[in-house]
Amino acid sequence: MAAPIASLIELCADLESGRSSAVALVENVFARADEVDGALQTLLHPRRAAALEEAAVSDARRAAGRLRSPLDGIPIAIKDNIVQAGEPASCASRILEGYRSPFSATAVERLRGAGAVIVARTNMDEFAMGSSTENSVRGPSRNPWSLERTPGGSSGGSAAAVSAGIVPLALGSDTGGSIRQPASFCGVVGMKPTYGRVSRRGLVAFASSLDQIGPIARSARDCALLLDVLSGADPGDSTALPEAALESHRALDGDVSGLRIGLPKEIRETPGVSPEVLTKVEEAVAELERAGARSLEVSLPHTRFALATYYLISTAEASGNLARFDGVRYGFRASSDGGGVTPMYERTRSAGFGDEVKRRILLGTFALSAGYYDAYYRKAQQLRTLLLRDFEAAFQHCDVLALPTTPQPAFRIGEKTGEPLSMYLTDVFTVPANLTGAPGVSLPCGFQDGLPLGLQLMGRPLEDATVLRVADAFQRRSEYHLQRPPL
Amino acid sequence: MNASERYEVVIGLEVHVQLRTQSKLFSTAKVGFGDAPNHNVNELCLALPGALPVLNAHAVELAVRAGLATHCRINTHSVFARKNYFYPDLPKGYQISQYEQPLCSAGWLDVIAAEGEAAQRIGITRIHMEEDAGKSLHEGRAGSAVDLNRSGVPLIEVVFEPDLRSARQAVACLRTLREILRYMGVSDGDMEKGQFRCDANVSLRRHGESALGTRREIKNLNSFRFAAAAIEQEVAAQAEILDAGGAVVQATLGYDVDKGRCFVMRSKENADDYRYFPDPDLLPLKLTQQRIEAIRATLPELPEQRRARFEQDLGLRADDARVLTASRTLADWFEVAALAHGAPQTVAKWVLRDVLGALRERDRDASALALQPEHFAKLLALQDAGRITAKGVRQLLPELLFEGGDPETLLRARGLEAVSDSAELEALVTRVLDENTAVQKSYAAGDTRALNFLMGKVMRETRGRADPQRVRALLLGKLER
Repeated sequence: MAAPIASLIELCADLESGRSSAVALVENVFARADEVDGALQTLLHPRRAAALEEAAVSDARRAAGRLRSPLDGIPIAIKDNIVQAGEPASCASRILEGYRSPFSATAVERLRGAGAVIVARTNMDEFAMGSSTENSVRGPSRNPWSLERTPGGSSGGSAAAVSAGIVPLALGSDTGGSIRQPASFCGVVGMKPTYGRVSRRGLVAFASSLDQIGPIARSARDCALLLDVLSGADPGDSTALPEAALESHRALDGDVSGLRIGLPKEIRETPGVSPEVLTKVEEAVAELERAGARSLEVSLPHTRFALATYYLISTAEASGNLARFDGVRYGFRASSDGGGVTPMYERTRSAGFGDEVKRRILLGTFALSAGYYDAYYRKAQQLRTLLLRDFEAAFQHCDVLALPTTPQPAFRIGEKTGEPLSMYLTDVFTVPANLTGAPGVSLPCGFQDGLPLGLQLMGRPLEDATVLRVADAFQRRSEYHLQRPPL
Repeated sequence: MNASERYEVVIGLEVHVQLRTQSKLFSTAKVGFGDAPNHNVNELCLALPGALPVLNAHAVELAVRAGLATHCRINTHSVFARKNYFYPDLPKGYQISQYEQPLCSAGWLDVIAAEGEAAQRIGITRIHMEEDAGKSLHEGRAGSAVDLNRSGVPLIEVVFEPDLRSARQAVACLRTLREILRYMGVSDGDMEKGQFRCDANVSLRRHGESALGTRREIKNLNSFRFAAAAIEQEVAAQAEILDAGGAVVQATLGYDVDKGRCFVMRSKENADDYRYFPDPDLLPLKLTQQRIEAIRATLPELPEQRRARFEQDLGLRADDARVLTASRTLADWFEVAALAHGAPQTVAKWVLRDVLGALRERDRDASALALQPEHFAKLLALQDAGRITAKGVRQLLPELLFEGGDPETLLRARGLEAVSDSAELEALVTRVLDENTAVQKSYAAGDTRALNFLMGKVMRETRGRADPQRVRALLLGKLER
């Protein structure tokens, strides 16, 4: 029986001491996948042979004393919307059937430059649109803690693969919570960095002003090590921050004395929040207070508009970003018999996109249409500004915000597929970080009926290291992140 | 009574100008012409998943130059927007352009419609940056083909106020704009390569009315001749509709070059909704005042400034100054020659008549001149010194202009050195007089044609190498004695 793979920190120690090798880790990944992924369906396109070769090269580097980074030889899975040269990038959509990218995302280049071994791509909601990984042309992924439940989404494959101990690290992308929500549902740590911290070049765009690539791992420390490799300016992405690469892992000293933790009062007023979730968040804050932090109540009055704002802006941008999938140059094309190019577009896009993607393209197209632009898109942009001011004001009084990642733990597969609005509501606590560009991390803070719950910490834009430092400080004082699902 | 007497013609132009860059507006793909289809493309030109645009800084500089050269306000904050529509030669499904916040606003051009007319100031609403689309090729039954070499090529769109009142004025406006942008190095403006193309909005109204009539837009006019013909034809067509008591219906027209006629491409009922919104892949374009001033400092003199300087400092006539500044190459060439020679008016006379004549004859422009302007000045100085006659200059010019070389060497090689030795010339004059005593007598009797006859004799003897003025003076001196 293949044991779940250990955390990054443990693996680094094993590699360093010679107890393990990069090749052995890749073998461990695929042995574990063979055992559990039939049920979980997290991995797409495993690169078994290529990964073993790359691992052997990493081992040779190690033997020669030429390691590239702490991640050298570490296996990692990447979400199927982050392109890698020569590999498929389907975004879990039929419309990218057969497509292979000729170029690599900057994040992928940085991983490879650091010596990490990419083992597979992970399942997701089609084009990252969804909160359950049910909107995948490959079928849903399942939650390692309860197979009849979703792992969350859209980075559900990445979060579940880390949770199940198939890989120690994974990349996700977060547009409205798509890293943090599945991390919360699967009992792992997931972070959406400050907007622009990680280059979006090579991330298939859903909503360009909100999308961020980020790390998913077993601990805040592992996340920090991965984020440090991914971060840094990129001339290939105009929206990437000009700042040099982070060294956030050096900031993880466990010290939270004097730290001010803001608790948004609007959280308790949000309908549908599980009391147990609120209790667990409060307990986590109390633990940090025992370590020297103090807490205070803050107000974010416009957060009640955040979800509506998010669904206008993200769908508007998506309607443009997904226009390129037209069957002309690559991917799936429906029969082009008869009628010329317009019917070909219609047939291709009707058959190539799933229902949720079509719903969002239609919503976004509507929001941008003549006569509606001012009422929807422009208004949403104005609200985004108001929300940003709320957060700036709150961060005058506190250093981080603590709130639940989601109102409830993981829901059942099929439970919300017929009710898009109820599905959208699961994003209510995560979208503000995307709308304001702030860094947000979700980390395990307890269980409800055997299902993991997530604490979300948000920080000021650019203060990724602070958020990770507080998350790490909590993990030094708690054991929730060490729990393994009963697989 | 023709249409423009019955109605006031109102024309607004929108001109697309290709910026002179090595690479595309948002990627490092090469800008080329005539390459194999889909050769100059990369991940962004193909709109591959995950490709992102990065703004070409040189294109921004050229667009700022265009704005400065046309008296626009340069906006320190402008925004790229997506113009959404589906077409196979538009790979992303949107064109990146500027919409609500363009780079340049509120400029103008002074346009002279014809020689001798006063300049009209034509307003420029805005100049914005955008990327070109690819090319769809519909040929044969096998289907259509798409060439994306042009996809992403940097353009500016210059939008004029509806200030133009005739096709002739519109074409003059286009010529003036093209001249300025070429002058500024903003664009090569080669219309055959599609680097300068225009849409014209045309409407008519009764004289004295202030409201604009319903307009129709003629798309993609890619030569001055077609622009003039299409606008004139559209004016006549609208006048005919109005004369018959009808109403012009807003529409977009194309111009069929072969038939010489406009045709309706689409009418207003199916007008497109482009759903413009700011492109979230690009930050707002911010320019500091210092950067704008730095670009301003590199601007060459504008044609109109140079024209004024040629008039005031070099003492040229206005018309001559305009012709000499029509292209920067010609103006530069002339100015160097004029300074080297020292008598600008003399140089101008020669350039306007003989140099431009030679260029016209070969259908070339000033860039074809191989002769160094300093050597041209030297040639004229040789004439001033009496070492070559005007006729001799004209004999040498075609060869010198297109092949270049030292005029002194060539004039010796061709044996065109003027007869400047006084003794030699005087002896010749005496000999001619001696041989033509009968003609001398008729001169004395008052026949003035006799002088011309004797002049001709002497010039023939020198094979044209003598200065006619001196010959005439010598002859008169001896005849009057």
